Amino acid sequence: MKKEILSGNEAIARGAYEAGCRVACAYPGTPSTEILENTVNYKEINSSWAPNEKVALEVAIGASFGGGRALCTMKHVGVNVAADPLFTLSYTGVNGGLVLVTADDPEMHSSQNEQDNRNYAKFAKVPMLEPADSQECKEFTRLAFELSEQYDTPVMLRTTTRISHSKSIVALGERANDLPEPKLIKNAAKLVMLPGNARVRHPFVEERIKKLSEAGADMAINRRELRDTSIGIITSGVCYQYVREALPDASTLKLGMVHPLPQTLIREFAAQVDKLYVVEELDPFIEEQVKAMGIAVTGKELISLCGELSPGRIRTAFGLQQPPADAGDKLPGRPPNMCPGCPHRGVFFALNQLKAYVTGDIGCYTLGFMPPLSAMDTCVCMGASIGMATGVSKVVSAEEKKKVVAVIGDSTFLHTGINGLMDMVYNNSTATVVILDNRITAMTGRQDNPASGFTLMDDPAHRIDFPLLCKSLGVRHIRVINPFDLEQTKNVLREEMERPEPSVIITDKPCVLVKREGVFHKGPVYEVAVEKCTGCRACLKIGCPAIEWRPAGDGSKKGTAFIDPLLCTGCDVCRQLCKFDAIRRAK
Amino acid sequence: MNNRITNILLVGVGGQGILLAAEILSEAVLLAGFDVKKSEIHGMSQRGGCVVSHVRYGAEVFSPTVPEGEGDILFGFELMESCRSLPLLKKGGAVVANDLRIAPPSVLMGQEAYPEWVTERIRERFPDFLLLDGQKLAGEAGNVRAANTVLLGAVSRRLDIDEQYWLQAIEKMVPKKAVEVNKKAFLLGRSVDWSKP
Repeated sequence: MKKEILSGNEAIARGAYEAGCRVACAYPGTPSTEILENTVNYKEINSSWAPNEKVALEVAIGASFGGGRALCTMKHVGVNVAADPLFTLSYTGVNGGLVLVTADDPEMHSSQNEQDNRNYAKFAKVPMLEPADSQECKEFTRLAFELSEQYDTPVMLRTTTRISHSKSIVALGERANDLPEPKLIKNAAKLVMLPGNARVRHPFVEERIKKLSEAGADMAINRRELRDTSIGIITSGVCYQYVREALPDASTLKLGMVHPLPQTLIREFAAQVDKLYVVEELDPFIEEQVKAMGIAVTGKELISLCGELSPGRIRTAFGLQQPPADAGDKLPGRPPNMCPGCPHRGVFFALNQLKAYVTGDIGCYTLGFMPPLSAMDTCVCMGASIGMATGVSKVVSAEEKKKVVAVIGDSTFLHTGINGLMDMVYNNSTATVVILDNRITAMTGRQDNPASGFTLMDDPAHRIDFPLLCKSLGVRHIRVINPFDLEQTKNVLREEMERPEPSVIITDKPCVLVKREGVFHKGPVYEVAVEKCTGCRACLKIGCPAIEWRPAGDGSKKGTAFIDPLLCTGCDVCRQLCKFDAIRRAK
Repeated sequence: MNNRITNILLVGVGGQGILLAAEILSEAVLLAGFDVKKSEIHGMSQRGGCVVSHVRYGAEVFSPTVPEGEGDILFGFELMESCRSLPLLKKGGAVVANDLRIAPPSVLMGQEAYPEWVTERIRERFPDFLLLDGQKLAGEAGNVRAANTVLLGAVSRRLDIDEQYWLQAIEKMVPKKAVEVNKKAFLLGRSVDWSKP
């Protein structure tokens, strides 16, 4: 059998392929993004980026109702957006199997919260599988499709960052070829969720969860491993690996299905060990249910509700080692930064100068919060910037209202920002909106979107015309600017901030990372004429990684700026800041 | 079966090619017949932040991350980041570091200085320390961009993996036109005499 080293995400894509999945749909979000970036390599799967997670799930639901197996993937907070269809999908059930991957992010490596999406499985009353390595990612995905059809339910597959982004060895299999051909079958009683039909489906949902809980006792993915029986640990996902590392002699009950819990198996395991523990990241999800079964168990008394676990944290929790004392040396931090030549930089520089109150959004440009740009005042969730700008404007004084600017990227605007703009016009908010159109979903690693002109499968697509779109929503003042022109950027921002009406400013320069031909062009690079540089540091105020302060070396505070020709893209922004003409095109 | 796990940490700055080096290492280990797990965080780190990649191999690997203070070898692509990750190493662990300094934003902006003492600090805490000018050696091999592979060659001397597996892994993971120069760079790094002090 062929073996490869795959990440959890690559293995999920492989599992979907082997399961005969026909449709995969997602909105990118760390740590889930690479799943669709890999399903697209299998020509048998129609893979697409949707504008948001709700649409992605609806596409998958349609494919399932049509009789095909469908995969839908998203990061944990994406499920909040997709929750509306999810909860009723639980009632309708499926035709072709439907698997919803939620990629959670304990520790918030790349997220705004660390919500525990196991709660969604319980809330929506659907089964949830949780793999513990890449091999299981592949196997559980395949199994999830089978369970979905067998029990007439969507199945959630939960990963965490450490599972999605860790690689381990996977044995590859073949694609299933015995699945029925999709075709239209009308079944209103099952698929039209009006009260009369939904009332019939609800008891089915409750019965389904009961059956799954009973079946869980015999599922091979729920595995009892008896070693030293003085300690028994119920665990799942990556925590199982940490437990095996930290407490190699302890007995374990490894749950592959974390909802519904296999109650019979848990009771048997509890009776076989002297002291029972649950080791789980984030919420006491398993612990509370075990306690509700009347079984004494220890969990969150020992283990934090916050952050990722590790073998060390588990050893410390069990009193086997002291917390690590070696904090290392104090070193300058290395926070992430916008790239050299990033079109967002000039906008935030201007917003900083205008002392704007910026309701921000989610993308690379959230880094506009960091010094020296320091020009973002809020960041809550995808698309929130515009609605929040409207809300802020409702309560502050007429003078302060002028300071309120919403900043949002192209992909985020199309995700859920557009509704905020509708509301802004409809309810006559006075705030200003800046759409940073860099023609890509950049933060998650350059994914196409409805305004980039291409699909995930690399077919050419219509490019949304932002000015036209805004006009059709009723925005009367729409300005398209070059964000590398600092004077224009600042002037247009100032004018529109003054205006007591809704207005939209659109920047039209692409992300420097767009690899597609004809989009981003690197210009001639710039250099510092050392003889003219006075060391005033004005060019350092944009925080460009290509510009470096070089101290004079005489112990004084003097020095000069230096531009790294390998990093400079020739965006021209720093030149405009230099009052001494010391920055020029390199010869 | 002896389940001694070898723990390697690859650290540096986003964009330095750490992930590729970790891929080559994992592939060589797989070819040699070991169980292997590799873990790192990507996302925000793509924007010039720190990157730490964990590679673990042995008969059966559980945790994908190296438990704190159990690293055998720290493979540093940048000096300050090498110093930052020292707490992950076990006592008496080894450090192979590239003699390269990449200024973080606060240093670029002239707000603080790049700590010049990091090299000495590493040597003081981990005497089993090899400092290599990866760029210079890679230049000798034919391409300065193969610096990581030179360092990987030096690291390979301390790992029980046959040379053939390393070369096969390079063939598989590196773009075709860069395979020869990377093999050369690897063997150059592997020839560096580096014995425990």
